[in-house]
Amino acid sequence: MAAVQETVDQVKAIDVDQYKYGFSTELEVDKAPLGLNEDIVRLISAKKGEPEWMLEWRLDAYRRWLTMREPTWARVTYPMIDFNDIYYYAAPKMNAAPQTLDEVDPAILETYKKLGIPLREQEILAGVQTSKVAVDAVFDSVSVVTTFKAELAKAGVIFCSISEALKEHPELVRKYLGTVVPVTDNFYATLNAAVFTDGSFVYIPKGVRCPMELSTYFRINERNTGQFERTLIIAEEGSYVSYLEGCTAPQRDENQLHAAVVELITMDDAEIKYSTVQNWYPGDKDGKGGIYNFVTKRGDCRGKNSKISWTQVETGSAITWKYPSCILRGDGSRGEFYSIAVSNGMQQVDSGTKMIHLGKNTTSRIISKGISAGRSQNTYRGQVSAHRKATNMRNFTNCDSLLIGDQCGAHTVPYMECNNATAVFEHEATTSKISEDQLFYCQQRGLNPEEATALIVNGFVKDVLQQLPMEFAVEAQKLISISLEGSVG
Amino acid sequence: MLEIRNLHVSIEDKKILNGLTLTVHDGEVAAIMGPNGSGKSTLSYVIAGKPDYEVLDGEILLDGQNVLELEAHERAAAGLFLAFQYPLEIPGVATMSFLKAAMNSQRKIRGEDEMATADFMKAVRGAADSLGIPQDMLRRGLNVGFSGGEKKRMEILQMALLAPNFCILDETDSGLDIDALKVVSEGVNALRDPKRAFLVITHYQRLLNYIVPDTVHVMAHGQVVKSGGKELALELEATGYADYKTLAA
Repeated sequence: MAAVQETVDQVKAIDVDQYKYGFSTELEVDKAPLGLNEDIVRLISAKKGEPEWMLEWRLDAYRRWLTMREPTWARVTYPMIDFNDIYYYAAPKMNAAPQTLDEVDPAILETYKKLGIPLREQEILAGVQTSKVAVDAVFDSVSVVTTFKAELAKAGVIFCSISEALKEHPELVRKYLGTVVPVTDNFYATLNAAVFTDGSFVYIPKGVRCPMELSTYFRINERNTGQFERTLIIAEEGSYVSYLEGCTAPQRDENQLHAAVVELITMDDAEIKYSTVQNWYPGDKDGKGGIYNFVTKRGDCRGKNSKISWTQVETGSAITWKYPSCILRGDGSRGEFYSIAVSNGMQQVDSGTKMIHLGKNTTSRIISKGISAGRSQNTYRGQVSAHRKATNMRNFTNCDSLLIGDQCGAHTVPYMECNNATAVFEHEATTSKISEDQLFYCQQRGLNPEEATALIVNGFVKDVLQQLPMEFAVEAQKLISISLEGSVG
Repeated sequence: MLEIRNLHVSIEDKKILNGLTLTVHDGEVAAIMGPNGSGKSTLSYVIAGKPDYEVLDGEILLDGQNVLELEAHERAAAGLFLAFQYPLEIPGVATMSFLKAAMNSQRKIRGEDEMATADFMKAVRGAADSLGIPQDMLRRGLNVGFSGGEKKRMEILQMALLAPNFCILDETDSGLDIDALKVVSEGVNALRDPKRAFLVITHYQRLLNYIVPDTVHVMAHGQVVKSGGKELALELEATGYADYKTLAA
């Protein structure tokens, strides 16, 4: 419990977002000038006190980004983003006194109340501390605290913000950064490379099983500000780590951009389990506001018999564009993708995974559960490819879609590519609708229509929820119920 | 006590019930018989509150309370239970979890505390044993992959747990072999109580050999056209429904 208390205390000490009844979330903020140019890139790098090579890396990315176009292949529509109308750096000024608050929408307060999460960051973090979890809290553009660092250091684990890693362990960052998601991978990844502001860095040395869950809690608070975080996790030979990220943002009328890059690397026999509970503000019922969540996540199973497992619960964001993927390079390596994507209102989701089988005897498993309600559109887009040398590779894919109501859409777009005759692909897909008869049956037994819907949905997503660490599975289950509120009757 | 007075019901502009009147007293087992299309299942759905049915006239009183003003889940909490002809499957929701959710939702509506988990488990196990439902079935998804007989037994298990005061059995005998029919009937008979009433809907007299009714009502064209004691069922078995089809018209 001492360690849990450490997290609670440290996070309490953060002088940001001190939501209390009657106080404001308004903060004094250190902001870069509006827009993007080389000077902004230099300013971000200088704010972080980065080495020269890092600045050059950023500038190179920026110059390449200028020549690139936004991707248009996803099944989402939104107005052109004016990249010069975004703040690329915003950090809360520490020790800013909390101001009075009366602008938090009661709906948000009510939502958090229902979640059992009080509107104070420290309690949100404390609320999930039923077992020991180390937390890196990223607020807008900066990491404000990382807990349990000392205890983790004893095990040889490095867990800190990426800004700090650039100062303390530049050789490690330089060796691995951009090796899984290259600078020019795609439009948003390149933008991220130029302007990323913070994120988490994890290094698990050879043979170490990380003694606790690691997690990063991302919060976008500042108006009109983009969040560009970068996370890098390296698991050396025979090591293991389980990592979880959580995301929330306040309700804003304008759309905000979140363009993150996550890179995972596993060496021989290592394993990374990466879980996400994404609950960015989804916009209102008419589609006004909300986060554009354009994220590139990729893991590289570099070593033999290594394993990377992605689990995601996506309930938030106006638009989600996200494909956590695995490059199965090492012979016998394994990639997993478990996803629940819930869309309601006017939300648009285009999400899935890529499993790139390069090595022999590599295996992958994809379980995707899409739930669409309201007038939302929910697309699963996945690619499985077997390279020429991927002898005896196996993939199993299962995509299920559940429709609630008659104004939403579910789409499944699988791509398969096979260059090896021994490869085995299995693909299952179903689309179903919660039937009036099922609802009536539950209602006849005493459940109200919303409880009935939540129960049926939870049954539908059970396979994936089981993959989440216990305490987060409970949280995710509540989130799904709340996301679907008002979708029936 | 359930009182139905002059009930007129239509679905999608098709008139199904035409001024049905029926009273079932506490402790009574009333059987409803009638040919296909006479409106038996509609009657059970309307009592239970299934959406889509339009009540044009009449009233349904459960212990004096007008249930037509209540939503289906509120009727359930008020003590109304419908054993479905075709119980629905809820994949991924363990039977035990479903039972607990139903039990606690009803208690919540009635302003009662949640049942302690230990007491609940004990009650479920006891009921399951008496109906010959194996424990591992309670861990499986509700009704998923259950045989017709298992589904019906599960309906009776739910009835036993939720302890309603008015039970409707909608063609519970359909799809049951003779052994399953006996088990289900014994389950129902065990629940007979001076404070609990049953409405047993069936095509065939066979079920009524096992669940012996106090009264038998014959339905045709959306009305009760004849009422009598249990001997009426035997009479119907011999003569068929032909006479009654013309009676209502």
